[in-house]
Amino acid sequence: MPRIEVDATRCKACYLCVDVCPKKCLGPSKSISKKGYFPAEMQHSENCIGCAMCYRMCPDIAITVIKE
Amino acid sequence: MTEKTLRKGNEALAEGAIRAGIRFFAGYPITPQNEVPEYMAAHMAENGGAFVQAESEVAAINMVYGAAATGTRSMTSSSSPGISLKQEGITYLASADLPCLIVNVMRGGPGLGSISGAQGDYFQATRGGGNGDYHIIVLAPNSVEELGNFPKLGIELAEKYRMPCMILADGILGQMMESMAFNFDPIDPNKLGKFDWAVDINKQGRGKSKVFSYKGDNLIADVVERAKRYGLIEKDEARYEERNTDDCDVLLVAYGLSSRACLEAVSTTKEKGLKVGLFRPITLWPFPSKRLAELSKKAKAILVVEQSLGQLVQDVKLAVGSNVPVGLNAYPAGGQPDGNQILTAAKSLLTGQTEGLFDLQWHAANFTYKCERNLSLGVQGDRKGGNQ
Amino acid sequence: MSTIIAQKPKSLTDVPMHYCPGCGHGIVHRLMGETFDELGIADRVIGIAPVGCAVFADDYFKCDTVQGAHGRGPAIATGVKRSKPGAIVFSYQGDGDLASIGMAEIVHAAVRSENITIIFINNAIYGMTGGQMAPTTLVGQVATTAPKGRDPKLQGWPINMCEMLAQITGSKFLARVAVDCPQNVIKAKQAIKKAFENQVNNVGFSMVEVLSQCPTNWHASVPQALEFVRTKMMPQYPLGIFKDEGAK
Repeated sequence: MPRIEVDATRCKACYLCVDVCPKKCLGPSKSISKKGYFPAEMQHSENCIGCAMCYRMCPDIAITVIKE
Repeated sequence: MTEKTLRKGNEALAEGAIRAGIRFFAGYPITPQNEVPEYMAAHMAENGGAFVQAESEVAAINMVYGAAATGTRSMTSSSSPGISLKQEGITYLASADLPCLIVNVMRGGPGLGSISGAQGDYFQATRGGGNGDYHIIVLAPNSVEELGNFPKLGIELAEKYRMPCMILADGILGQMMESMAFNFDPIDPNKLGKFDWAVDINKQGRGKSKVFSYKGDNLIADVVERAKRYGLIEKDEARYEERNTDDCDVLLVAYGLSSRACLEAVSTTKEKGLKVGLFRPITLWPFPSKRLAELSKKAKAILVVEQSLGQLVQDVKLAVGSNVPVGLNAYPAGGQPDGNQILTAAKSLLTGQTEGLFDLQWHAANFTYKCERNLSLGVQGDRKGGNQ
Repeated sequence: MSTIIAQKPKSLTDVPMHYCPGCGHGIVHRLMGETFDELGIADRVIGIAPVGCAVFADDYFKCDTVQGAHGRGPAIATGVKRSKPGAIVFSYQGDGDLASIGMAEIVHAAVRSENITIIFINNAIYGMTGGQMAPTTLVGQVATTAPKGRDPKLQGWPINMCEMLAQITGSKFLARVAVDCPQNVIKAKQAIKKAFENQVNNVGFSMVEVLSQCPTNWHASVPQALEFVRTKMMPQYPLGIFKDEGAK
């Protein structure tokens, strides 16, 4: 099962990852980060295929992709 | 150490730099310093160094910035208008605390000026030259021998205090031939140690080096730290030469080429019934103010001889205050002093006359230097043909 | 048992980036970091950081860095490379930096075929200073110093650096890429990797021009900015490889 981790301390909520995810797994968090953003978060981990497109587009290198 | 040989000033300088371990040179052609890059082009590679003819003086000094950042003994040379272009890089070198050697073989200015020797860049050299609060060390040779030996002194001071050092020569010094000897053995830069601050490769955990010029919030601390270093340099590194200063009525103050005309004046002084001595600053920054202030208490008057419009005289006045009258004997824009003219001015200074003296209020000056243009033309700032 | 498929490259530091949300700089930094890791050159890299938004790039790369004057990156890189020939030297520059104030330096670094790698971020605007017209600003594009849009009669036309440098014998690898979508990011990575491999192989002057989004100074949302890259920038600045003499 692939999964991703978003480092909320790096994320600036540009949501490039949200837009680019082919399975629409990601969405904005409802809680605000220390930086003052609503960071991207995994919302449908069951659909993640580990394609790492979110990682590729993330300008803040906030995403780690892991295969269990 | 070498035997005495006959060398041209610019070539002695270039050879001296290679012997001093300079292994990176970037420059751009400009008269009267062209023998320096030409010598480097011929000899740098065989000594394991790099020579780059840059696309501009701006690029050349920035290449030196890059090379100096690696801890390599680096150098550029140019002449007055080219040094103006290099000021961008010089202020960056100063702010990044990088050592390097900059040579200015001065010519007449402002602007394109002339290609003959002059000393009009004194302010530019001693006041930093570029933007911001900084100094560079400035060495002023007055012989081919000093031109050849100052690169070692210059780069060592630059490295010790982590700042650029300029050798301020002039066109005549660069172009003339003289017998000279190197007073040091060639230095193998590979045997010099590494600097912690230098950028490098394969560092094996030595930690990251960052050479940078943007200081942001740390700027105040940065500039103050540098000011403390400047204080040490002023205390420890002021250099000068004295001739006949123990017993003189008029103390001449001059650097570089004009100091040689002063030496002529000093050597003929007894025949003319006038006691004249010479104080020659070798470091223009730090200016040897302390020693000059001491000497000013003994002399009856000080005469500053410079090939510029009254630049050196300002540092002299700052150093001696009101201890003694200070006169100026100026030969701006390529004018050449000689011993007789200097002695005439020295006598005038003692006797309250004005012949040979140059009044800083120059619109009212008794300016005796032969000038081809008519100085009485006055201000020509009127527009013509308007209808407002 | 879990395996990491993708994470921040080892060549980059942990310092969070200061760039605006959605900016392309961070993507390019990551591609460079991946390249250093994959080519095994991390401990040989020396980077030149520019003046502009990427002035703090030296905080993000673990390698030693030199930050210099606006436009002079290629000259500084020349000084570093010539005095440390074993180093892998890059100069990271924006469009005002490289194509305006630093035009002489970039052209002559190519003329000398300095064996360095140039990463050129083209976002058609001055970012750090607040959105002034750049040499690469598009015809009609509004900037603070072109309030009615760039008018060729007054301000001339945008400059295409890859096409221009391709005329110079000393340029050995010139590619224009974009970071607007994952496919283009993959291509950008290939080009950046090639540009560094060339340096390892002593091929000579290599430059990658990256069309990069600047949502802030384009006054656009992130999706609008990506759209601007695709519909406005790419017609003026076609993607592709303009020169590749390092393949032999």
